[in-house]
Amino acid sequence: MNLTLKIWRQKGPQDKGKMVDYKVTEISEHMSFLEMMDVLNEQLTNKGEEPVAFDHDCREGICGMCSMYINGEAHGPDRGVTTCQLHMRMFKDGDTITIEPFRAKAFPVIKDLVVDRSSFDRIQQAGGYISVNTSGNTQDANAIPIDKHSADTAMDAATCIGCGACVASCKNSSAMLFVGAKVSQYALLPQGRVEATDRVKNMVAQMDLEGFGNCTNTGACEVECPKGISLENIARMNREFFSASIKG
Amino acid sequence: MSVLDSKIPKGPLKDKWTTYKDKINLVNPANKRNIDVIVVGTGLAGGSAAATLAELGYRVKAFCYQDSPRRAHSIAAQGGINAAKNYQGDGDSTYRLFYDTVKGGDYRSREANVYRLAEVSANIIDQCVAQGVPFARDYGGLLDNRSFGGVLVSRTFYAKGQTGQQLLLGAYSAMNRQIARGKIEMYNRHEMLDVVKVNGKARGIIARNLVTGEIERHSAHAVVIASGGYGNVYFLSTNAMGSNATAAWKIHKKGAFFANPCYTQIHPTCIPRSGDYQSKLTLMSESLRNDGRIWVPKNMEDVLAIREGKLKPTQLSEDQRDYYLERRYPAFGNLVPRDVASRAAKERCDAGYGVNATGEAVYLDFKSAIERYGLEQAKIHGIQNASKEKITALGEAVVEEKYGNLFQMYEKIVDENPYKTPMMIYPATHYTMGGVWVDYNLMTTVEGLYCIGEANFSDHGANRLGASALMQGLADGYFVLPYTIGDYLSHEIRTGKIPTDSPEFDAAEKEVTERINFFVNNKGTHSVDYFHKRLGKVMWDKCGMSRNAQGLKEAIAEIKAIREEFYKEVKVPGSANEMNPELEKAGRVADFLELGELFAKDALMREESCGGHFREESVEIDGEQKGEAKRNDKDYAFVAAWEYKGEPSDAVLHKEQLEFKDIELKQRSYK
Repeated sequence: MNLTLKIWRQKGPQDKGKMVDYKVTEISEHMSFLEMMDVLNEQLTNKGEEPVAFDHDCREGICGMCSMYINGEAHGPDRGVTTCQLHMRMFKDGDTITIEPFRAKAFPVIKDLVVDRSSFDRIQQAGGYISVNTSGNTQDANAIPIDKHSADTAMDAATCIGCGACVASCKNSSAMLFVGAKVSQYALLPQGRVEATDRVKNMVAQMDLEGFGNCTNTGACEVECPKGISLENIARMNREFFSASIKG
Repeated sequence: MSVLDSKIPKGPLKDKWTTYKDKINLVNPANKRNIDVIVVGTGLAGGSAAATLAELGYRVKAFCYQDSPRRAHSIAAQGGINAAKNYQGDGDSTYRLFYDTVKGGDYRSREANVYRLAEVSANIIDQCVAQGVPFARDYGGLLDNRSFGGVLVSRTFYAKGQTGQQLLLGAYSAMNRQIARGKIEMYNRHEMLDVVKVNGKARGIIARNLVTGEIERHSAHAVVIASGGYGNVYFLSTNAMGSNATAAWKIHKKGAFFANPCYTQIHPTCIPRSGDYQSKLTLMSESLRNDGRIWVPKNMEDVLAIREGKLKPTQLSEDQRDYYLERRYPAFGNLVPRDVASRAAKERCDAGYGVNATGEAVYLDFKSAIERYGLEQAKIHGIQNASKEKITALGEAVVEEKYGNLFQMYEKIVDENPYKTPMMIYPATHYTMGGVWVDYNLMTTVEGLYCIGEANFSDHGANRLGASALMQGLADGYFVLPYTIGDYLSHEIRTGKIPTDSPEFDAAEKEVTERINFFVNNKGTHSVDYFHKRLGKVMWDKCGMSRNAQGLKEAIAEIKAIREEFYKEVKVPGSANEMNPELEKAGRVADFLELGELFAKDALMREESCGGHFREESVEIDGEQKGEAKRNDKDYAFVAAWEYKGEPSDAVLHKEQLEFKDIELKQRSYK
């Protein structure tokens, strides 16, 4: 198929940036979206133009590196997939596709479609861990039984890949789904309860400091999340935060 | 006499590691604060090492090319992690894990290292649970296990089909804690482009900031390379797009020997390629072979009809199908080890029986499993005379619960429903057992330069067993390196801060800068990928699942020719002082073009078949094993460690003889 691409080009963080049109031809429906981008970039390189910079790595939907806001949706029109898992069969011959970076104050653009998501790292550094040293002398892994339901729910929260689609989809650029998922994983496990009070307070404080907006329960994040992280996690974080605030 | 000293401690196998730990030198906490360690790579090995070294009190600088350490490719591991916990009471033990690993590696690994790995495996699970890794549990609240290919016990711990992700997030959380404490300085979007040696010791690295293009100098008292494997030498592999061998290859060029490059794992169950535009291959977990049956049509007419779309695989009756693994290996059937399963698929496809347009695909069929589970469920639920449709529905539900996420992934990529029609699979490059040579301390042949995880060669011999890569990465990083590096650093307490304005740093930076300038100024005619794809094709055709002397000689000549053309004709758009992904690729492919040639040279030298390395000249001539791989322990029971001498063709071979004192060498049989 033949397509028209409208792509955000921005030379660097200080550059103003603009949309630029490109044509690609003979795109196979079996290609992934990023393979289509490879075709475009090969074309640009051969013409001596600068290829479009975009983040990508594992190309199997688990590393969370790829982003892209495609036709107004984070990771494009399919559900439960990242951009690298999106296939061209979702589009039709002659389509015009608009491709932008994830937009949020806390995700400044570095170049073209590449954004800086290190704010996510800093939120994790504020408390997204359990304070245990490597010693080889922690207690046996089976010493504390954990009920299957809690273990499975913690796992569901832990599958977040930290891609930032939740933030990009939210009209408030809120990171509550991301933070809620991490807070939930630890809050549901006995190992994580010990530090639960400080953890939620510190992570939320850092989230606010980074400039992410608040949650107004529209649920767009849950719809666009490639890993199906549930809104329940935001509710759980709010509960944790509330009880932590009471404890002081 | 070899220059290689593996430094294996004396004494009985079982006591070596304990005795070693009791006798090494330690560094006191006040001195640790003044010692710098650089860790390159933040996957399971690098991430766990950086966190642990920082916890101990060293000042750590960690580097990764991704935008966050959490994205290293360990994250893509699906199946699980082995540990000799014997929670299932099925007879597992440290010795058995050790034995399985050595045997699975076709007797080409170092006994003492493997035993240590098995010994610390149980600690890994304890540590990860303490960190909050949500492993699968049963209804009693205890940890669940599954079994994997090539072994007779259930020792694999898992977190759905995302075990690598959960373990990496555990190591990442441990790193985050140390970053917050200021003990780790994290350099995201940075790529190491050379190691700096001062008086023969590794003293730092030259790195490029991938956002600004700036070249940076970083000094340290020791350098740890944890940059993963070199599977992308094949262009197409299950590795991430950015996975590369540059850090490992640069240290090789500065004196670290490179061992067994020809030991590569071609994983049997991956989604076949669909066209020339393909950028990577996707793995389907080995666990699928527990329930899937692998086949191709018996008759050539059926193959052709299927390819033309005139016939559907589901229309073929049982006697029109060739379940070739069950036919050739009745004892192990579809559960033979990875190398054997991969070669058998290639054999059928080479004979013309491949079932897709490219002729490179076989079927992985779940029909029998769905029927079997369906009948079982009907019985459990007391459904009398269940209809065929009901049985299928019940069976599909069971298969969905076990492999649902994999089936969904397949359907998204191939656009076919694997519950209704068999999956198509074909082998793909997945893991590299070879790598930088290290001694028992995990130190390379350069003093103060360490190499851990997939990047080193040590534990898997010629073939790695499933669920052992995660085990090795975390063992090296959490429990081995922190001890061994301490012994070395105990001699560094009087050294003081390493200056970065020395002539050695000047020279290394100059070399790096010149190379970058060469690429951006080279007004060639072809993109980096153009050359990478050509290299990949030579590697796959001539250094792939089976190799022969003729093909390997051709490969050596062809790779050299591609390399020469690459330097003349490569075109890199953009400049050096900005984010420039094409420039990053150019440097990595330049290194693959050298590594690939050494790979072929190593494969040509090793005139035996062992594990992932299959030489067509070395097969059993007759008897029950006719046509199977033939190992030659008399002449080749050694590690081939190559010393860099300029061109890859000039590399000098050093042999480390492998001694097996606790295990009897046997020919593997899966008949």
